[in-house]
Amino acid sequence: MKEMIYTVMRGGSLLFGLSVLTFTLVYYSPVDPIQAYIGGGTYMTEDQRQQLEEKWGLNDHPVQQYVRWATALLGGDFGQSTIYQRPVSTLIQERAGATLLLMTVAWTVSGLFGFTLGVWAAVSRGRMIDRLIRWYSYIQASVPTFWLGLLLLMIFSVYLQWFPVGLSAPPGKLLANVTWGDRLYHLWLPALTLSVIGTAQVTLHTREKMINVLESDYVLFAKARGASTGQIVKRHGLKNAVLPALMLHFSYVGELFGGSVLAEQVFSYPGLGAMVTEAGLKADVPLLLGIVLCSSVFVFIGNVCADFLKQWIDPRTKKRVSYDAIE
Amino acid sequence: MRLNERQKMMVALFTSSLLLLLLISCGWLLSDDGLQTNGALKNEPPSLAHWFGTDWLGRDMFTRVLKGLQLSLGVGLLGAIIGVTLAFVLGMLAGTFGGWVDAVIGWCIDLFIGMPHLIFIILIAFSVGGGMKGIVLGVGLTHWPSLARLIRAEVQALRQAEYMLVAEQLGRTKWQMSREHLFPHLFPHLIIGFVLLFPHAILHEAALTFLGFGLSVQTPAIGIILSEALHHISTGHWWLTLIPGGVLLLVVKSFDEVGERLKQLLRPQTSQQ
Repeated sequence: MKEMIYTVMRGGSLLFGLSVLTFTLVYYSPVDPIQAYIGGGTYMTEDQRQQLEEKWGLNDHPVQQYVRWATALLGGDFGQSTIYQRPVSTLIQERAGATLLLMTVAWTVSGLFGFTLGVWAAVSRGRMIDRLIRWYSYIQASVPTFWLGLLLLMIFSVYLQWFPVGLSAPPGKLLANVTWGDRLYHLWLPALTLSVIGTAQVTLHTREKMINVLESDYVLFAKARGASTGQIVKRHGLKNAVLPALMLHFSYVGELFGGSVLAEQVFSYPGLGAMVTEAGLKADVPLLLGIVLCSSVFVFIGNVCADFLKQWIDPRTKKRVSYDAIE
Repeated sequence: MRLNERQKMMVALFTSSLLLLLLISCGWLLSDDGLQTNGALKNEPPSLAHWFGTDWLGRDMFTRVLKGLQLSLGVGLLGAIIGVTLAFVLGMLAGTFGGWVDAVIGWCIDLFIGMPHLIFIILIAFSVGGGMKGIVLGVGLTHWPSLARLIRAEVQALRQAEYMLVAEQLGRTKWQMSREHLFPHLFPHLIIGFVLLFPHAILHEAALTFLGFGLSVQTPAIGIILSEALHHISTGHWWLTLIPGGVLLLVVKSFDEVGERLKQLLRPQTSQQ
């Protein structure tokens, strides 16, 4: 219970720090909010400008501005997007579903796939298949997400024409008529890209862990009793390897978010990632801040989940609150 | 000829370094002629005259890619310097002084780790108004926490070492001890951290230019080349996509290789992992 309070308080302070940091960054940006608001090439008289500055309170002390902004945030008001002219919170709600779906699929598939590969490599240690898997993970750990996306797009959409070039639904179809089949069809390639990108770490980590287990005395004893490799892996290996792999994979959520920004850009998949790029490029401050905060909260929740999950599965770790282990 | 592990390692280190050197010097020596548009040579597949083919404006892809790498390396260098310096200073401070200094720095580390890198880099790029500055700062400011954490742990462990305790008993100041005992010990970390930060920096630079932050479209940058390839993807000109990304991957892996091998050389005790 004490730890829970500690976690929550720490989380609260981090969120506070985050909001101050993002606010400061945007506050000192050379991008003029008024110019960004009215758009390039349009002019307004000095009088109108002052009125707007007055209305937005741009001449107030930064702390005052921050407090005003933060209070609005706490009330769920993220402000108005300057690109879309709609409340940021509505926009985020609309887009979050698509991104969450994409990330969940990618996270699950890459986790399962990576874990399986890792176990397989460990069991056949030193043989050809182990080498192949290791080699694959080694290369794949540095493949740029967007390049892989481009390659898949080229192969599957341009040459083979199996999949559509982008978007989360067929163009020209009403949102209400979009079936789950349509969605899955459009989700395929971005999800595949992110799934492949996410496997390397889990694979290598699981392989290492499994090899440790397989070299242990109790496995030697099990072998002596005549247990088959399959039995040993099932009884001793999986239990020991699953937790670290899961932990590692939870900490991957942050990176996955970055990956989904790129994948969404490549496949013009309408999610939060594509929107944050647009907001950044077109200087839509409220939208940018809203998405930055949301994504950080999301990652933070991922980390906390990992922490609690670890304690729940392995009560031995309960004694100390360790953030360092998440890394 | 059979090589032992150490010899293999040296070969790998040597080859990767040589490759990187070659790419850098090539980019330096190449003239800018290939960047001119040439209507007669549009969309040529790779050939002897144009190793990487030409794009839809007749620009030589070989020149563009190598010049783009030049930029990536520059950004990587500056970003890595910023990141390593930050990590080193903060890690040392946290480890040496402990107490509230440690608490504050640890909090900062948690804060920066909690944010998705790419999103944070976008924010930084935006807040300094885009351009090279944004990319360099973004890369530098997001990549220090894990190295800082490592250095902090290392310093904490070292503080318990006997020679440190003796030095303290002999009345050495913290500054003297840091300089005489800690720094030489941490120096390999610094070098390794520096080299291993490069691949991250380069990948993030490419990602950021791909998304369209900062640089003008004329600048040769791998990210921009690939983002153009995305717009022309339906033409099926595979060399526009495959080769630039492949070269990028090669460079990233080479840096990775150099870093890992250096780690084995400089810190043999951890090389078994």
